[in-house]
Parts: sequence; structure tokens; C-alpha cells
Amino acid sequence: MFTYTKGHAALMAGLLGLLPSLAFAEDVLSAGDTAWMLTATALVLFMTIPGLSLFYAGMVRSKNVLSVMMQCFAITALMTILWTIYGYNVAFGDGGSMNAFWGGFGNLFLSGMGVDSLSGTIPETVFMTFQMTFAIITPALIVGAFAERMKFSAMLLFMGIWLTIVYAPICHWVWGGGWVSDYGVLDFAGGTVVHINAGIAGLVAALVLGKRKGFGSTPMAPHNLTLSVVGASMLWVGWFGFNAGSELAADGTAGMAMAVTQIATAAAALSWMFAEWIVHGKPSVLGIISGAVAGLVAITPASGSVGPMGAIAIGLAAGVVCYWAATSLKRAMGYDDSLDVFGVHAVGGIVGAMLTGVFSATSLGGSGLSHDTISEQVMAQGIGVGATIVYTAVVSFIILKVIDAVVGLRVDEDSETEGLDVSQHDERGYILN
Amino acid sequence: MKLVTAIIKPFKLDDVREALSEIGVQGITVTEVKGFGRQKGHTELYRGAEYVVDFLPKVKIEAAVAADMADTVIEAISKAANTGKIGDGKIFVSSLEQTIRIRTGETGPEAL
Repeated sequence: MFTYTKGHAALMAGLLGLLPSLAFAEDVLSAGDTAWMLTATALVLFMTIPGLSLFYAGMVRSKNVLSVMMQCFAITALMTILWTIYGYNVAFGDGGSMNAFWGGFGNLFLSGMGVDSLSGTIPETVFMTFQMTFAIITPALIVGAFAERMKFSAMLLFMGIWLTIVYAPICHWVWGGGWVSDYGVLDFAGGTVVHINAGIAGLVAALVLGKRKGFGSTPMAPHNLTLSVVGASMLWVGWFGFNAGSELAADGTAGMAMAVTQIATAAAALSWMFAEWIVHGKPSVLGIISGAVAGLVAITPASGSVGPMGAIAIGLAAGVVCYWAATSLKRAMGYDDSLDVFGVHAVGGIVGAMLTGVFSATSLGGSGLSHDTISEQVMAQGIGVGATIVYTAVVSFIILKVIDAVVGLRVDEDSETEGLDVSQHDERGYILN
Repeated sequence: MKLVTAIIKPFKLDDVREALSEIGVQGITVTEVKGFGRQKGHTELYRGAEYVVDFLPKVKIEAAVAADMADTVIEAISKAANTGKIGDGKIFVSSLEQTIRIRTGETGPEAL
């Protein structure tokens, strides 16, 4: 959210610290900022429904196309309500003595938030809803890891609990005034909170649920890459809301965030495409769109503090590294991360978060580190990354095991073979004649 | 009466249809099928996962013709569908026991 630069530090000193959720007498509503943030919120929601939905749907087999869309849509609805009731407060509230770790359950149902409540220069309702769209897309990303085999009821339970004890606390640590922000970690729009978080949880889920039946011997090619291209394109456009919107204002930093987002994504799309062209012999559509998404992920933490050259570097790195992770690494390790949530989001997020520590330096075109040297900043980034990885891996694992014991995580073999659309929802995605 | 069944390459369908109508074949049934003979499949790659695709798309044409027409029909299809490369397809001829025109109830060669 906040690039904790020296410039910002001075401003913050005057504006009573990093807690954005209370209305101060000094805050004045800015129509420009508000107009942009209303738009950015819509853009980020659009990233999930239908952006991510289509991106994933095209990559599964046709018998599971609806199940993926249903999961994304249902998560959107469920996270909305949970965020409203308590999630926003856990992430951004004042946790009192526990505030280093979470915001607590003190202020439920958004009580006290009215039309005049402000958060900085925008209405708090807008800030809350903007953050809600992040709380929606993060769990939705995980869907890709367990696609084609998870029980819908188990998925809903997992996501509800995961929002509560994984997403919202980590969000609080990094953006809500918690302990990670005290280390001067730069994470503008959610490299840790969103991507590494979802990516690692996804890997854990893929390992706990196990491989799809027939993985490795049965063809499981994407059934409709045209949908995936459309979805990836929507993600690219929507991401302007995700990154530039994280400035919470319509200003120069937002403008730079938009520019570096575009540049890094293009660089990553090309670098994945060329890497695949060299290694395999032909460039592929799935490759170029995956590269673009990898670039979007990697630039996310960096978007508030790097410049155009840093964006190119981050994009080129993300494209190549994520290509390796989603192909060679996955094959070598043997896990069935159906839609490469780990390979793209976790790996891309880690690449981006670490390189943020390098390219935010003014000497490399950035707007400034929050530590004195690059190596100190990179170490701080490492702390944020490491904490996210460990916490989400452990807690996601526990949640999954508990749900497995109570309702069972996976559908039975026959249902899996028949396809989730019919077995979980009594519907078919394509009734073509 | 004979039932002439031809499996041909999809892009040859229009040429075959034209050739058949030139020799007076009134109607045909066309189905999209997949299959292979000696023509090899190909591999596709999706994010590092390789798939061997053995089956190739083909088109099946069925024409019910009078027995004395069969040779002309075979010649017409062969010429029109030929490219000289592996995968051109095959023609099968079977005896057709009975034909009925549904609208009028005519049977036999008049119903062809």
C-alpha cells in the first residue's frame, strides 16, 4: 500500500502514522482520488469475475469448465460477506495489544462506517471495498492449484477459514500496521499478501489433495485456450486497478505504477515466449499469456517504487524464471499444481518481491528504498517473503487437514472421472446440439 | 444398391461434393470423424506437458447409389480427394439391402 520512502515518512510524521482506518480531522475528501479509487475497485473485481475465471476455465478440461467458474464466483460472494462482517477489521482494525499480528474482532459489521467516514482522501467505504476485491482475488487464485478434484463444500469451508486466519492477518502484518511493515518491507500492491500467499497455499493444497486421477498418462490439455486469452487480457487491463489503485490516490506514483505494470508485463510475456521458442522450438499462446501474468505478479510489489528500467528487468526475470518453474521444476518435482498457481504466483511473487529491494533504489531508477542500502532492503524483503511463506504454508496445511477429517477434501473417483460440472453441480458447460 | 463410404481429408470435402454432383449423385451424408491409418499424429505442448495426438480429423461421406453407378462414384471420389500424400483416406463399398424414402414411402432404387 504505502511505499515507505523518506518522502512519505515526512508526510506520515505529520499525519499520525500508518493506520488508515480511522477518520482524522485533517483528512479532506479528494474528488479526483475518490473517482479513481471507485474505478480501480471495479477494475480489480473485474480481474476475478470474469478475468481469472475465464483464464482458469479455458485451461481445464471441458467437463470441469463450470466448476472453476462456480468456485471463483462463489468465492467472490462469500469473501464479500465475510470481509464485511469481520474480515476488514481483522486486516485493518486496531488490534490493541495484538496489533502487531492482527486487527481483532473489535469492530464488526463495519459499524461506524458511514457516508462521511474517510480513509485518507477517499471515503472509507471505498478503501474497504477496494481492499475487499483483494480479499476476493487472493483465495480465488488458489482455485487453480486444486482444480478438477476438490469438493465444492470443502472448498467453501477452506476459503472462509483461510480468509479469516491467513489472508486477513498477513494483510494486517504488511498493510494494516502490523509487524512486517515495521521492518520497512516494500510491498506496494501485494506481492506477499496476495501472490506468494496464494501461491504457497496452492502448492500445499496441491500436495495435500494429491494428483488428479490419470495425471501423467491421461491427456489433460486445456479445452479452450481462447477463453484463457480473453481472461489473461482482462487480468492485464484490470491490474492497472490493482497496482495503480494501491496508491489510493490519483497522482504521479499511481501514474508510474501504471507505466511499470505495463512495461514489466510486456517484458515478461516476451521473455517467456522467447524462452519457450528457444527451448521447445515454437512460441505458444499459453506461454505468452502465462508470461504476461508472471510479469503482472512480479511487478505487483514493485509497482510503487521502481522505474521503467527496473520494470523491464523484473519482467524479463519473471518470464524466464516462471517458465522454468511451471515446466521443468514442476516436472522434476512431480506435483500436480493444475494451473501453475505456485509456478506463476509464488515464484513470480518471490522474484518480484526480492527484486523490489534492488530496483527501488534511486540509483536504479526507483523512487527510493526504506533502508539505507540495497542489501539491507533485500534482507528486509526476505523477511517479509519468508514470514509469508512459513505462515501460509503451515496454517493452510492445518486448515486443509482439519477439513479433510470433517468433510473430505476430494471428490470420489467416479465423480472426478465424470467431471465436477455434472457431479458437483448437475450442470454441463456446453450443450452443443 | 450399394453404400459407398469414403473417409477423406476435410479440406477435400468441397471438391468431392462437386465431383459427385457432376456425375448425378443426388444426396450424401457427411460426418466429422477422427482416425488414423499410416499418417502419424503430432505432439502438442502445454506448459511443459506434452500430449501425443494420434487421431487426425477426417470427413466421412456416405452415398447410397445404384449398383451400376458404384464404379463411377469410386472413380469420382478417388480423383477429387487425391493429394498424393499419406492420409488421403479410403473408400469402402458395401451392399445396401433396402432404401426407403420417408416422405413418399418409395422403396428400392427409386428411393435413391
